[in-house]
Amino acid sequence: MIQVAVFYLFATLVIASAVMTICARNPVHSVLWLILAFFNAAGLFLLIGAEFLAFLLVIVYVGAVAVLFLFVVMMLNVDFAELRAGFSNYWFPVTLLAGLLLFEIIVALVAWDAGGITIAPRAPTPENVSNIEAMGQAIFTRYIFVFEAAGIILLVAMVGAIVLTHRKRGGVRPQNIRKQIRRNPKDAVVNMQPGVGQGVEL
Amino acid sequence: MSIGLEHFLAVGAILFVIGVFGIFLNRKNVIVILMAIELILLSVNINLIAFSVYLNDMTGQVFAMFVLTVAAAEAAIGLAILVIYFRNRGTIAVDDINQMKG
Repeated sequence: MIQVAVFYLFATLVIASAVMTICARNPVHSVLWLILAFFNAAGLFLLIGAEFLAFLLVIVYVGAVAVLFLFVVMMLNVDFAELRAGFSNYWFPVTLLAGLLLFEIIVALVAWDAGGITIAPRAPTPENVSNIEAMGQAIFTRYIFVFEAAGIILLVAMVGAIVLTHRKRGGVRPQNIRKQIRRNPKDAVVNMQPGVGQGVEL
Repeated sequence: MSIGLEHFLAVGAILFVIGVFGIFLNRKNVIVILMAIELILLSVNINLIAFSVYLNDMTGQVFAMFVLTVAAAEAAIGLAILVIYFRNRGTIAVDDINQMKG
């Protein structure tokens, strides 16, 4: 019984915060609602028994992606009021379209029936094994190449993001470490013996 | 009553529609469009995990993890493009992105 209540709590909250994400006037609020949506989706994952993905969702999305969004929103000095000018013109046809889409998906859902087809599991869930261990057994055996491809995707994304946003600034005088190390007292200090009343010529 | 596969699929469907709705609703604001794409990918993940658990197959959860990876990479690249676009043009309005006349 408590599982049903918790499911409805998480489901209601995830949908409500998703609605607030797309409707909030301020993009910072949008990001915060997105974080709430991800937390509640992680709760749903926990409820269904996918603990590893629940934690991954919290770590990756809330810890990295949402913070990235927050940084970009706060860094860009954009007049968001102007961007929202076209908001009200389209709500009616768009709502119609979204309603139609939802109707179609729900109809497909009701009509969906797993009977008749028996699919042999590609990587059947092992008995008496924790979720993370089952996940590891699947990832590191059958799906090892896909896992490595995921790593390459992350590497390319990291390099791409750095290359895209890196810029060389002109007019700065950075420290030249090699030049500093090669400097010795002989060409740094000069012993002068000026006469009385005369200045030193450099 | 108990929670079945249909309940999770319904949550995923509603979340997907909210994401698509968000893309149309905030047509000018790229940041909110990117967030709507994240919502759509989250709904995909909910579907994959629900099927994975109810069909007793770990493949769904493995691929949900890969979807998560690709979503993170996509967000990083998208926001990087957004930052350099803003640096060059001083605006992020989607309507004005027509220089290439594609």
